[in-house]
Amino acid sequence: MANVQSEWLVQNNARRPIGFHGKTLKQMREEIDRLSRETGHYAGLKELPFKESEPIRYEKIFAKLRGGVVHARETAKRVAASPIVEQEGELCFTLYTPEADSIVTSTGIIIHVGTMGAAIKYMIKNDYEENPGIEPGDIFCNNDCQIGNVHPCDVHTIVPIFWGHELVGWVGGVTHVIDVGATAPGSMTVGPVTRYDDGYQVACRKIGKNDTLLKDWLIESQRSVRTTKYWLLDERTRVAGCHMIRDLVLQIIEEEGIDTYKQFIREVIEDGRRGFINQVKSMTIPGTYRGVSFVDVPYQNLDVPPYARVNTIMHAPSEMTIHKDGKLEIDFEGVNRWGWHSYNATPVSITSGIWVMLSQTLIPNDRVNDGAYYASRFGLPYGSWLNPDDIRTAHSYAWHFLVSAWSPLWRSLSRTYFARGYLEEVNAGNANTSNWLQGGGYNQFHENHAVNSFESAAEGVGASAVKDGIDHAAAVWNPEGDMGDMEIWELAEPLLYLGRSIKPNTGGYGKYRGGNGYETLRMVWGAKDWTMFFMGNGYMSSDCGLMGGYPAASGYRFEAHGTNIKELIEKKRPLPLGGDPDPGNPQYEKLITAKEIKRDKQAITTEEIFDNYDLYLNYLRGGPGFGDPLERNPKAIETDLNEGHLLPAYAEKVYGAVIAQDQKGRWVVDEAKTEQRRAEIRKERIKRGKPTREWMKQERENILNKQAAIQVRHMYAGSFALSEKFTKQFKEFWDLPEEWIIKESELGIPVFGARNQIQ
Amino acid sequence: MPKYDKRTIEELIDGTIDFFKLKEMLSHFKDPERFDTYLGILQERVPWEDRILLPAGLHLYIVQKESGDRIVKCDCGHEFCDYRDNWKLHALIYVRDTEEKLEELYPKLLAPDPQWQVIREYYCPSCGVQLEVENVTPWYPVIKDFEPDIDAFYEEWLGRPVPQPKVG
Repeated sequence: MANVQSEWLVQNNARRPIGFHGKTLKQMREEIDRLSRETGHYAGLKELPFKESEPIRYEKIFAKLRGGVVHARETAKRVAASPIVEQEGELCFTLYTPEADSIVTSTGIIIHVGTMGAAIKYMIKNDYEENPGIEPGDIFCNNDCQIGNVHPCDVHTIVPIFWGHELVGWVGGVTHVIDVGATAPGSMTVGPVTRYDDGYQVACRKIGKNDTLLKDWLIESQRSVRTTKYWLLDERTRVAGCHMIRDLVLQIIEEEGIDTYKQFIREVIEDGRRGFINQVKSMTIPGTYRGVSFVDVPYQNLDVPPYARVNTIMHAPSEMTIHKDGKLEIDFEGVNRWGWHSYNATPVSITSGIWVMLSQTLIPNDRVNDGAYYASRFGLPYGSWLNPDDIRTAHSYAWHFLVSAWSPLWRSLSRTYFARGYLEEVNAGNANTSNWLQGGGYNQFHENHAVNSFESAAEGVGASAVKDGIDHAAAVWNPEGDMGDMEIWELAEPLLYLGRSIKPNTGGYGKYRGGNGYETLRMVWGAKDWTMFFMGNGYMSSDCGLMGGYPAASGYRFEAHGTNIKELIEKKRPLPLGGDPDPGNPQYEKLITAKEIKRDKQAITTEEIFDNYDLYLNYLRGGPGFGDPLERNPKAIETDLNEGHLLPAYAEKVYGAVIAQDQKGRWVVDEAKTEQRRAEIRKERIKRGKPTREWMKQERENILNKQAAIQVRHMYAGSFALSEKFTKQFKEFWDLPEEWIIKESELGIPVFGARNQIQ
Repeated sequence: MPKYDKRTIEELIDGTIDFFKLKEMLSHFKDPERFDTYLGILQERVPWEDRILLPAGLHLYIVQKESGDRIVKCDCGHEFCDYRDNWKLHALIYVRDTEEKLEELYPKLLAPDPQWQVIREYYCPSCGVQLEVENVTPWYPVIKDFEPDIDAFYEEWLGRPVPQPKVG
């Protein structure tokens, strides 16, 4: 043993640091941080001499790198077999500096620009240079959330790039894998309430040497997940993309020279920082903007450990400050405590996700790199769901909270765009990107299998100030996403399509409505020992309308077990072959009989057994609306009615339209009568509305008496416990007595984790 | 830098703009003259004389009174409050906090559950237009959405003084 130790010491002492000019990576990281902090410019660069003296050469290098990483993504994704990667494009590649600042990224799930950077920074901080060593040809893997990830199913492959003995950068690739070996099948399972249920976790591990994956890694990883074939091919996708980009970088260095490359990677980040500030100044208004969002955690009756059986609500207030110097600050002061569910997030996931969002609005260009990060600041309260103070937290569907928390940021930015006249940029917010159809068992090809439908990559888009939101089109987390082909999903899942249709009334109403969602009815077919579950918002809508528009509809679940569909098919009787357009007036139940039908607001469930001929409705949500619905163009209402976007009763109640059907059954809006009806509704509003301050007196009484459902009280107690500022502002607003407070301990429900944390 | 004529911006405001023109607008750099063109059109359209300093929402403006006061005003002429105050506290509110009230808006099962969430509608007390909707838990303080720094915007970003009230 002593000999082994001394040999290691000799090798390690002889090892030369791999950073620039004989520095260690840790020294380089510290130097970049210090220079950036002291000067306010990335790496202390007050000038951009290379860009200014040779702008064409500078742009040529950028274009080669950007084209190269996008090309690597497009090529490498063909290696994958998983439809999540191959169909939906749930992958991304990013090039980093030696210190792990991002230089350029591909398209795709670019939230991982930040997460992979965090993983590399973790390796630097923990002296990986010494042990296990960082050498040419090495391959590293990470999916640990608290090190640098969103949720464990996003698996990173990280490869160092050497020029001679010097490490000149890193390339990272990520794919969203179908299964990660968690307590339940599917990549974003509902069952986990702790880290130890969340699946296979790889903490920045060296998994390959000399460009070859190590045998022990291959064996262990194959034995740790359900969908082994997909896992293997996803990994080869990531390795292939990383190696393509590494080759490209080395080729550029050969052509341009190492000193030019080193200068370029610094300048391009400082350039990104300046570009971000310019964008802020040219599109927004300085000031402070506030918003809030919520989403439900209905766990009281779920099959989870007793301390997790609690109904609660995620609380995400956000205050966005645009400073006079163009810097952006987002403070989440007031967010509530993390919880025993799989929706906790990490600082890097929320901040990186904000960059994904901003790349779709404020910085819609290819210069997404860490420059923007250096021009911004975030307030992420410790102990909250977005910055947990406990190693035990689960994260498998962090997006439940993240997509909800980002939605108000669209509205805050949109208020500035609106004030400035850039109406085309206004967006009332992103949809809740659910439902997630997930499950697994033994599939139609007699394989151990898991499913995770990415039909959710096509939700309704928020309305703008100029036009309706796009229907069933996008998801905030992947600007490249789409709903995928039914034929491919039927190969990937033992679930036949009995319908795929627009879901009316799901986009928020408004002068311009939010994009509607859609729904698919799936029948289990060819499965054995099969379970599935639902994952989405149900009791709450996580977005909100803007400037008079309404939030998108909330969710529900429909599932039918023990149906007579086999018999109906044999007898050639009608089947349910479409959507569930009015869930209050159900039609499926008129066509089928079933031993059990669940049709309710419990839109988050744990595993349920599904047999062949059972039904599952996958409802994908709509986006929020913009402006007073009474100002909607009557012709647009007609189109909505005739194209199945709106149920007639709501054209009357919400839009104030006076409607009738012509002889061909087409809906027609009577514009003159509609105008009259709308004038009446405005008068009705004035009659039923109360002065806000008068209403506040009543609401204050409810607060003083603590009259609210347990989930509401638990949410406030979790925020009060973490934030004196939020508590003070809340009490001041409602003019509450000094002694008034709600504590988690007084609610009569388990509060594991509130008193004792394990770091 | 692109530049758009008044008619194009009018079409944008009215939502009648051609899709391809809109797409071009989204893809291009922003036109620095937009704010002035936009403000000019809005000023022409309101039935009152107070000078608009900044649009504060659909139908809402921060205007400058002759006294120099900056107030939030509806395009119908209703004056809410000082721009530093929260105009919602001076509006009418209607809270949808029962299943019945929520199901006037959404089909059954598509509405939020009032035990979890309520919808608050804010109306102009004079014209009844719905100016904002909040989708919050019970007890939530009324949100102050927008606190623009008008002076910094004009002086430091546009590089000119904030318009002053006409003297005399």
